[in-house]
Amino acid sequence: MEIETDLRPDAAVLRPAGRLTMVTASELRARVDETVAAGHRVVVLDLADTTFMDSSGLGALVGGLRATREVGGDLRIARPGAQIRTVLQLTTMDRVLKPYDTVEDALRAS
Amino acid sequence: MGRLLLLRVVVALTILLGANYVVWRWLESVNWSAWWIAVPLVIAETYSFVDVALFGVTMWRARARPQPDAPAPGLTVDVFITTYNEPLDLVMRTAVAARDIRYPHRTWILDDGARPALAAAAQDAGVGYLVRSDDWQDRPRHAKAGNLNNALFQTDGEFLVVLDADQIPDPALLDRTLGHFDDPQVALVQTPQWFTNVPDADPLGSQAPLFYGPIQQGKDGWNAAFFCGSNAILRRDALMQLGLVGYVRATEAAVRDALRTSRAVLARARRRADDPRVAAAVDQVSVAARTSLAELDAGRPLGEVTYAFQRRVDEVSGGLVDTDLAAIRADLDAIGAWPVDTDTELGATVVDDAALARLADRELSPLGALASVQALVKAVDVDRGDEAQPVMPVATLSVTEDMATAMRLHALGWRTVYHHEVLAHGLAPEDLGTMITQRLRWAQGTMQVFLQENPLTVRGLRLWQRLMYFATMWSYLSGFAAIVYLAAPVIFLCFGVLPVTAWTWDFFARFLPFQIASQVLFLVAARGIRTWRGQQYSLALFPVWIKATWTAAANVWFGRPLGFAVTPKVRQDGGGSWRLVVPQLTAMAVLVVAAVVGIVRWGLGYAPWVGTSVNLVWVVYDLVVLSVIVQALRYRGYQGAERMD
Repeated sequence: MEIETDLRPDAAVLRPAGRLTMVTASELRARVDETVAAGHRVVVLDLADTTFMDSSGLGALVGGLRATREVGGDLRIARPGAQIRTVLQLTTMDRVLKPYDTVEDALRAS
Repeated sequence: MGRLLLLRVVVALTILLGANYVVWRWLESVNWSAWWIAVPLVIAETYSFVDVALFGVTMWRARARPQPDAPAPGLTVDVFITTYNEPLDLVMRTAVAARDIRYPHRTWILDDGARPALAAAAQDAGVGYLVRSDDWQDRPRHAKAGNLNNALFQTDGEFLVVLDADQIPDPALLDRTLGHFDDPQVALVQTPQWFTNVPDADPLGSQAPLFYGPIQQGKDGWNAAFFCGSNAILRRDALMQLGLVGYVRATEAAVRDALRTSRAVLARARRRADDPRVAAAVDQVSVAARTSLAELDAGRPLGEVTYAFQRRVDEVSGGLVDTDLAAIRADLDAIGAWPVDTDTELGATVVDDAALARLADRELSPLGALASVQALVKAVDVDRGDEAQPVMPVATLSVTEDMATAMRLHALGWRTVYHHEVLAHGLAPEDLGTMITQRLRWAQGTMQVFLQENPLTVRGLRLWQRLMYFATMWSYLSGFAAIVYLAAPVIFLCFGVLPVTAWTWDFFARFLPFQIASQVLFLVAARGIRTWRGQQYSLALFPVWIKATWTAAANVWFGRPLGFAVTPKVRQDGGGSWRLVVPQLTAMAVLVVAAVVGIVRWGLGYAPWVGTSVNLVWVVYDLVVLSVIVQALRYRGYQGAERMD
């Protein structure tokens, strides 16, 4: 899975491209952990290019959220597609991981 | 009875004399120093002997059936007229005649061309009109077999009549034939095909009096009368049984195939899996596939096996979701961020655990990430999604649906009847090109069946039925023998190379009795029918038979297309049809040159007179046989009173 990284002064923006599934979830988890370890406490996942997410993918998002919270930071998601939104609503996880319409909205939230 | 006895004596004599000749040829008279022509010749002669012997076996129980009782009233019958691109007036003439068949029935035009004008004409004439349902879109159409199968599911008569668009039925068609179905084991009644637009000399060999007569009656004697695609009445029940058995077989084969090939695919997925969870999931699916295959081998029903497989995959999938869920719950606990709802009545908070469990949906399961597993799950099912209809009653195995259908009916224990009375009048091709296309198609279809469902090994047939099917397939191999029969005299006359050790008394004493006996056999079996035209074409169309065998083999073994063509029902005009018979014309020219060379060589004392005269007689015979091609080329179409336009 291709994950583009954009380091900004106040946060790290990760942009995973492709399907976020059992096969690729661990890559994203590892990348979030690395980013946190490098001192970025706020991570924004830009999901514009993520086409599909299964239960492992959702697990990676929640796992990433936990990793950031443990260092006093936060993980936010921006621009999810219809399928991802459906999964989030179906599981009511949108209350925990609120989907933002733009990366800037996610960065501004606090 | 006296006639059958005579026939059997001649059959026995022919087989004995033939065996005597062929064994002597192999053991005593092959000229091994010229093996390159001697061996092909003795093989060709053996081929011909087997052909005659099979004909003898066919005639052994030839029977003329008595007229059956009049049919009981109240049977339901659908009459199908299959068409693709034939002219409207031709189709409608048949449709109106079919409508006017006396026994109560319904008539349907099965229009694979879906022509609005034909639909309107059908309505005006008060006959039904059927086209393919939407299910056939983007799926294999299976030509005429598909057309019939489509109609079978839109109609419901107990019996169905199949008519080609040009076969005008007699009003008495059903009154004369339905009585055969009083025997509940009878699945098919075939009547002859007879053509009205053929002159007495029949230059294109259109009438097949030997086939629609002694040969079909002979096959009928062994309960192996063939279905010939038109002018036949079938029992719907029998066809449906065929379709269901075929469906189960095809599905089981497809499921087995999917399970077997899944081994390699899953092994590849396993090697590529870095994640231990993926690897474990693939392993579990592999085990499920192996178990299912073992269950199929143990004879467990297909429905159960596929259902169990789907459930096992669901379990694997559920297991993966469960681990994901457990991890998500643990994470949520750790960060104290459970998605909570406030209950309006109690005012208390409700943890939404049930919502999380919705991840168990198959779509959201991590197993979906493995494309190989998804494809396998789809394939191990019983819906046969690649075909328009899961059940295909009329065999779609070959370009000619008829032979395979009849053979499968026989394999299931059904009986067939040959009813020797012309009850439909059709149109034969009127030019060489169309005729060759038609013969090629029949031959290709027969060879396809031979190569895919060999009657000698297919389950359920009786020995004699096997031989009856095999006999027809065998006869289409004659093209290869013909080449040898044309080449051998040329080689002797031009180069003096002898394929036999000598043309001596020993040779003639064995050869002539066999030849005479076979000719007498044909004479007695044919009961005065002219069979010469048929004999000519079985040799003269040798390039067609070879091409048919070749293309059918390439199709069956290597999946090459056949270059299939619907036989046109109207004359395809245009000169240059000699191009279609270049091999035959070349052969004739070579034979003439060889005869001249042979005479010169004999005159100069290079060649013995016995060998030369034997081979000259042979050349003359070949030329007389091939001369039918010249007649066919000169034929300008039927000029008689019955001509359509």
